Amino acid sequence: MSQKEILDVTKILLEYLGPTLKLFAATLVFSIPLGLIVAMLKMCKFKPISWLTSIYILIMRGTPLMLQIIAIYYAIPYLKINENLPVFLKKIVDVVDIKSPNYMFIAVVVAFSLNYAAYFAEIFRGGIEAIPKGQYEAAACLGMTKTKTFFRIILPQVVKRILPASSNEIIILVKDTSLANIIAYTEIIMKAKQQMQLYSSLTPLFIAGVFYLAMTIILTAIFSMLEKKLNYYK
Amino acid sequence: MAILEVKNISKSFDGLEVLKDISFDVNKGEVLAIIGPSGSGKSTLLRCINQLERADGGCVVVDGMTMFQNDENGYAVYSDKKILRDIRLKIGLVFQNFNLFPHMNVMQNVIEAPVQVLKMNKADAEEKARELLKKMSLETKEKSYPCELSGGQQQRVSIARALALSPDVLFFDEPTSALDPELTGEILKVLKSLAEEKMTMVIVTHEMEFAKNVADKVIFMDEGVIVEQGTPEEVFDNSKSERTKKFIQKF
Ligand SMILES: Nc1ncnc2c1ncn2[C@@H]1O[C@H](COP(=O)(O)OP(=O)(O)OP(=O)(O)O)[C@@H](O)[C@H]1O
Ligand SMILES: [Mg+2]
Repeated sequence: MSQKEILDVTKILLEYLGPTLKLFAATLVFSIPLGLIVAMLKMCKFKPISWLTSIYILIMRGTPLMLQIIAIYYAIPYLKINENLPVFLKKIVDVVDIKSPNYMFIAVVVAFSLNYAAYFAEIFRGGIEAIPKGQYEAAACLGMTKTKTFFRIILPQVVKRILPASSNEIIILVKDTSLANIIAYTEIIMKAKQQMQLYSSLTPLFIAGVFYLAMTIILTAIFSMLEKKLNYYK
Repeated sequence: MAILEVKNISKSFDGLEVLKDISFDVNKGEVLAIIGPSGSGKSTLLRCINQLERADGGCVVVDGMTMFQNDENGYAVYSDKKILRDIRLKIGLVFQNFNLFPHMNVMQNVIEAPVQVLKMNKADAEEKARELLKKMSLETKEKSYPCELSGGQQQRVSIARALALSPDVLFFDEPTSALDPELTGEILKVLKSLAEEKMTMVIVTHEMEFAKNVADKVIFMDEGVIVEQGTPEEVFDNSKSERTKKFIQKF
């Protein structure tokens, strides 16, 4: 490929950085709070809730994300044509507009968020359970409520503990976004594949690789900065 | 008048009776030392009074407020949340391993409860904290984090943190056991000065010399029962029970 062609391809791929980053950001925004909720449910003392949550986590971590994306994307259209659907489900399904231009994006974000929430939940749970019992007891003796204890005493310490594992997960997410092209969500890898065929060259794929590398370098830098910032205590 | 009344507390862990029929009183300004071998239930007793464990039966009254008392079947019934909370603020507990909040500096540790629980304004809380830290000879350590302090300094911070709520009774569970011998002295000195100021204290300790010199009352516990209680002279020098004598001889 000529230098000009390489520049052209880079420009085109750069445009599709947008959809990749959009998916990445939306997944983080939804999966982190959802993960915290799932972690709480898993630690629930009422066993049936804890078991149900374990099953959810098992399915989300035990089946390929690609399969989950396909299932969620096609589930709604499939249910729409199903005649025997219970009324309440039909009402829910009818609300979803599969013809809307946003439908694909929403379906992908739902799939990614549900999947990543399961991974984050296990990281959060590990972090919460690693906080010594004495911290809760000291807070209780000082008259702090359960909510205050969690948000002021426990959570700040959990954040520090889970930062390395979370940053690992988040860097994997950057690269996982390419799985969305299975339902034709156009992002960098999909575009790179088209360009590869167009030019009969591997260079577009190489350029896409450089993009991912750059995103990873930036994320790594951000996380090591955060880790340093939280290093003021042990 | 007794500021703390404990009557017939009993407590079991999965069938194992850890506290059996424990009764004692503490008057305002008194120092009570609790001694006894490992596993005799000293910590469990303190934890029941500080609501970290639920007692099975008996009665605890703090400053006239009932924490729990027996129903007609002899099971402990706890008072409502509001009273339990008021009682909680009247008493404080200092732990063997400090349990400071590691992500907060010394000042933040001390003002956390006054600001968050008592809703004191921050400036007032800090002023009071400075006074307490000075008393603990920690005035230069305000901005330090717990991990930057020695064990003895950390324990003094945790005492200041407990005092910041101005409790009526302060409980200590082996406050020097996690410390090197040379740091034990500094904590005992602090306890002694609190005793001189007439702070009401209940101290579980293995420091016999300290208990003898500072306490007004001593309780010797073994296997979940109070074997002997009385003045230091009665318990240490004229023990009635063989078990007490044997235990004291070991020191
Ligand atoms: N949470 C618990 N579950 C089950 N058993 C417990 C629990 N806490 C304490 N015990 C048991 O209760 C008994 C009394 O324990 P406790 O910690 O009160 O003794 P102690 O007098 O404080 O001993 P030490 O001097 O070693 O601190 C021990 O046999 C202990 O194993
Ligand atoms: Mg103990």
